[in-house]
Amino acid sequence: MKNFFKTAFFSLLVIGGFWGFSNFGIPQIKPAPPPVEEKLDLGAMTMDQFIALGGKIFNGKGTCTLCHNAMGRAPMLDKVGANSEERMKDVRYKGEAKTVQEYLHESLVKPSAYVVAGFGKSGTNDTESPMPDVSGGGIGLNEAELAAVIAYLQDSSGSEVTVEIPQMDAAPAEGAAAPAEEVALKTPEEVITKHTCGMCHKILDQEGALGPDLTKIGAKRNKEYLRQAILDPEAVIAKGFSGGMMPPTYGEQMKAKELEMLVNYLAGLK
Amino acid sequence: MLTRNMKITFGALMLVILAMFMLPDFMPAVHASEAAATEATSAAAPASAAASDAAAEPVANAITFPPAPKLTEADYPTIPGVNARVMVWLVAQLHLWFGAFVVAVPMFVFIIEVIGMVTRDERYDNMAYEFIKVSITAYSLTAILGGLLSFGLILFYPDLFKYLSMIFKESMFAYALLFFAESAVLYIYYYGWHWLQGGNKKWIHLTFGLLLNAVGLQLMFLANAWTTFMMSPAAVDAAGVFNGNTWEAIHNFLWNPINIHRVVANVAYGGSVVGAYAAFKFLSAQKKEERAHYDWVGYNANFIAISALLPLPFAGYYLTAEMYAYSQQMGITLMGGVFAWIFIIQAVLIGALFLSANYYLWCGMGRSEGAYRYNPRIKYIAAVLVLAFLVWFTPHTLVLTNSELKDLGGPYHQILGVFGIMPAKNTAVNFLLTFTFLSFVFYRRANKVATVSWAAAGNAAQIALFTVGLINIVILGVYYGYFTNTVYKVAASIPQVLTTLTIIITSLVIDSFMYKGAKDVAPLHWGRMPNRSQYALFLLAVSFTWLMGLMGYVRSGIRQHWHVSNIFRDGSPDAFTPGLGYAASVVSVGTIMFMAMVIFVFWLSTISGKHVVAKGYWKEQQA
Repeated sequence: MKNFFKTAFFSLLVIGGFWGFSNFGIPQIKPAPPPVEEKLDLGAMTMDQFIALGGKIFNGKGTCTLCHNAMGRAPMLDKVGANSEERMKDVRYKGEAKTVQEYLHESLVKPSAYVVAGFGKSGTNDTESPMPDVSGGGIGLNEAELAAVIAYLQDSSGSEVTVEIPQMDAAPAEGAAAPAEEVALKTPEEVITKHTCGMCHKILDQEGALGPDLTKIGAKRNKEYLRQAILDPEAVIAKGFSGGMMPPTYGEQMKAKELEMLVNYLAGLK
Repeated sequence: MLTRNMKITFGALMLVILAMFMLPDFMPAVHASEAAATEATSAAAPASAAASDAAAEPVANAITFPPAPKLTEADYPTIPGVNARVMVWLVAQLHLWFGAFVVAVPMFVFIIEVIGMVTRDERYDNMAYEFIKVSITAYSLTAILGGLLSFGLILFYPDLFKYLSMIFKESMFAYALLFFAESAVLYIYYYGWHWLQGGNKKWIHLTFGLLLNAVGLQLMFLANAWTTFMMSPAAVDAAGVFNGNTWEAIHNFLWNPINIHRVVANVAYGGSVVGAYAAFKFLSAQKKEERAHYDWVGYNANFIAISALLPLPFAGYYLTAEMYAYSQQMGITLMGGVFAWIFIIQAVLIGALFLSANYYLWCGMGRSEGAYRYNPRIKYIAAVLVLAFLVWFTPHTLVLTNSELKDLGGPYHQILGVFGIMPAKNTAVNFLLTFTFLSFVFYRRANKVATVSWAAAGNAAQIALFTVGLINIVILGVYYGYFTNTVYKVAASIPQVLTTLTIIITSLVIDSFMYKGAKDVAPLHWGRMPNRSQYALFLLAVSFTWLMGLMGYVRSGIRQHWHVSNIFRDGSPDAFTPGLGYAASVVSVGTIMFMAMVIFVFWLSTISGKHVVAKGYWKEQQA
């Protein structure tokens, strides 16, 4: 019994030492509380307030400073406005942006469109960025927040702020003519052509290689899978391809009839 | 008879191999196509089209899974006076400590039993039996704590439990079945120990040992899958809709890195706990023989702990690298964010582990008359270990006030700042490992004199090996760490590790040939150990327990305010990430509870061997 107490006392002493060091020997850093969703009243904001909002998101919810800091984990953004022009002209640029604002938006949601030399994922030769799409996952910025960050980046890098404060909940002006109802396309080929599927996929007479080959997709995938792949392309990423490439907006762009026509067509490619 | 026994042995072996590979078959694949009709997509797709598809293709009738729930504080049941998170945290950690122990013990018990069979030295067999005896009581505690953990989760986190069971229901069912199998095999292995002795029976017993390990590891791997899914979810979309199959969810990005890390760590941990057991028995021993026996047991336990401790930093490094590869954000939060200071505490703990393990070895040299030759060199090893520990302990950035920042001239100390980055720490760890191995080499040689003709050349080769290897480690650390591109900083750690492994393996090979048939200086005096050396074994066990608890907090904490990273948010009042001091308090309470239970288990094993004859108490029986 004596040894029971001796070993217990010794164990307590060791545990107490570790506890004491952890509490008093190192700085006590209080982790930030979980982010809270804020209701944005964009209609009442001035541009300065909107830029300030962007700065707050940049340093907080967006977690941008985790990597874009002096530690060299990601490129500094103090000259991003001027750099954007050059990067869009670079042969390594894979995006579609034409303006600085579009480039910055693209960098936030498709970071691999242009990877600054030395900052790519290891083994990808700077073709793939380690940065996540900040509109999804754990960061989840919405379009208004993205616009605020872009405004902040333009402002803080000395560029002209071209972003307009989005009027997210604004109703269409009274008396404005309703847009003409588009007529549904008649054939799956028209749907494929209109939505430029061949830019990324091998289909019809096109040879896109960024996405999976669809010439015999019906032999491997059923309709449910194909429908989901169109409506929610990030749900399942085909083996050998990376996510974030296919626009997630086809659900809004296509009519139900067009979608079903396309799904039936693809399912029949065997 | 021989053929029959061989058939049984062969059959049992096949069963083990089958068990290893049958896991995926336990889980019928829920194909992506079956899960495709999610709520989101079905809303977009016309109902009539879906109906016609359903008629045309039976697969479209398949199960649809809901997205991860969005919870508020009201969704978390509470019990007045009970902090749900702390309660679940403590129970989970206690379950993990005991679980790690009971999974690890059969691994080295099996190896010790094999050594006993090969050498026909019964002491090994008795030691293996003693270890498994200790783990039997711990096994019951593991099961009780596992049950408590399940209750805790169902009671306090019902939506999380429901969500995880929806994805892992097949593997949870398999887990329950495997648990029965584990119990059955463990009891046969333990209670059949003395029955299955000698000849082919020993082979059958060993087969049960192998089977016990196979089932135990599968249990751990399954539980690891649920844990790692919460860190690196797979087979789910951004909304948390399960759209893959169970195997994909199990085989998530961090599953194997955690599996490897936990297997190695468990062995080191198990070794340290049985070392504490041996120390307890040594201190309690009344007879000289008993003291000698438990000294020998303690030495073997320490050997097991060190053997697994040497590769452990590499397994940890691999796990961290994989976390970075999975999510740079997660990696940075871990190493450069709020958790960065934890690695300073970790350095202290690992320093304590290495120093106590080495100290025990140095004390152990007192068992031999021949060890005096090596005693003068110990102080140099101690100095290198302490220096390496100090480098590992040096923080990179300091939390400073403005005036402190001004005095220091920047965020980094001008001299010590260079020791704060990973190349310095990698170099320090490799030195720590190499010199710990050197302690072991000295211990091993202490009572022996090599008789081979090439002993001098062999010694020279080993000295050259250590010298060149250490210089290489320094060059890799300094040149690639400070004078080349950032990319090489991390990449240089791999050749550093390989250098350390080369030193260890080559030296062991040379030593084993050189000391074959070596002459003993004098008989080894088992039991001639100071009592303080046994406290080094206790320090090893306590430090390991505390370290596991701390790293458990980090592993779980890097999910921050998410139950499942980025897809299932923690909406409870405890969604905040606790600070280090708070976490250290919870870990300390958990370690006290664990050590109290473990010492209780040790004490039980002491009283179980006592037999009191109560004279006059029992009625005399007529013959």
